[in-house]
Amino acid sequence: MAGLMGRATVVMKAKFSKLLDKSEDPNETLDYSYEQQLVLLQNVKRGVADVVTSKKRLQLQTSQFEQSLVKLETQAREALAAGREDLARAALERKTAVQSQLRGLDEQVQGLEAQQQKLISSERQLSAKIEAFRSEKEVIKAQYSAAEAQVRIGEAATGIGEQMADTGLAIERVRNKTEDMQARAGAMDELIASGTLEDFTSDKTQLDRELEQLTSQSQVDSELARLKGELGAGAERKELEQ
Amino acid sequence: MIVRLMGEGQFRVDDACLAKLDKLDDSAMEALGRDDEGELDARLDEMWAVVKERGTQLDDADLSPSDLIIPPSDLTLEETRELFSEQGLIPDLPSEKV
Repeated sequence: MAGLMGRATVVMKAKFSKLLDKSEDPNETLDYSYEQQLVLLQNVKRGVADVVTSKKRLQLQTSQFEQSLVKLETQAREALAAGREDLARAALERKTAVQSQLRGLDEQVQGLEAQQQKLISSERQLSAKIEAFRSEKEVIKAQYSAAEAQVRIGEAATGIGEQMADTGLAIERVRNKTEDMQARAGAMDELIASGTLEDFTSDKTQLDRELEQLTSQSQVDSELARLKGELGAGAERKELEQ
Repeated sequence: MIVRLMGEGQFRVDDACLAKLDKLDDSAMEALGRDDEGELDARLDEMWAVVKERGTQLDDADLSPSDLIIPPSDLTLEETRELFSEQGLIPDLPSEKV
């Protein structure tokens, strides 16, 4: 079969045939092969854990973006109420930028979730095959002559090697994807740091400061009015007393 | 015959099913040659559907090697090509690195 399937099969087989140890002693081959499988399984488990961590980090970023949307909306409202349309406009512009970032991130996190599920099922298959190999190797050691054992080892190890290659690819793909997503988030951070965009998630932005100023000015104004009122009332009382 | 759907698992299929896969495979190969990603993905999806619908999934602990391996449709053209290249898309097994 010279089609895609045939080529994929040839490439995969070439990859996992490297796994087969060419030792003369079948027992040695079996034990060595099993050790290798356990090392790989550990790597796979670590890989899955890395993916889960990356996904959590991206989800955290998503919720930070969501918070900054709410905050920008509030700021726009406050600015408008204070008659500062320029500030309201600035806040809404930022809101739009954050919204578009958020959409992209949301979609990618969902895609990552699906890939993660597949990876976990691939890990489960690998784990089951390694366990089966462990009992198979004891049977081979006990029941077969050296020549027969080589053949049976070849078959079992090929089955496992194929699963290793498949699971390995699944991990690599998810890893590349999370790296891309993190690179994108990192690029946003750099933009923010370089001043091209302001940090939407930092506690204080220029917008915050201007709005604070607005609030404190109106607070000072009302305090002043209150004091003036009190003074005025006091003066009137004095006049009446006289 | 045992077929592996990459990233999904292994399935046992009958000869009729295999003949159908073979036909789809030829079209998939042509599409790859033409850089027609849409057509390639559609054929791969059909192959996956045929295997899932008519095949029986092997037990996780089954150690049989596959006779055929079908890549997934969500690879890009470059990735699919890389899959068949010298280095291969499939990473070196970690056990080779230690």
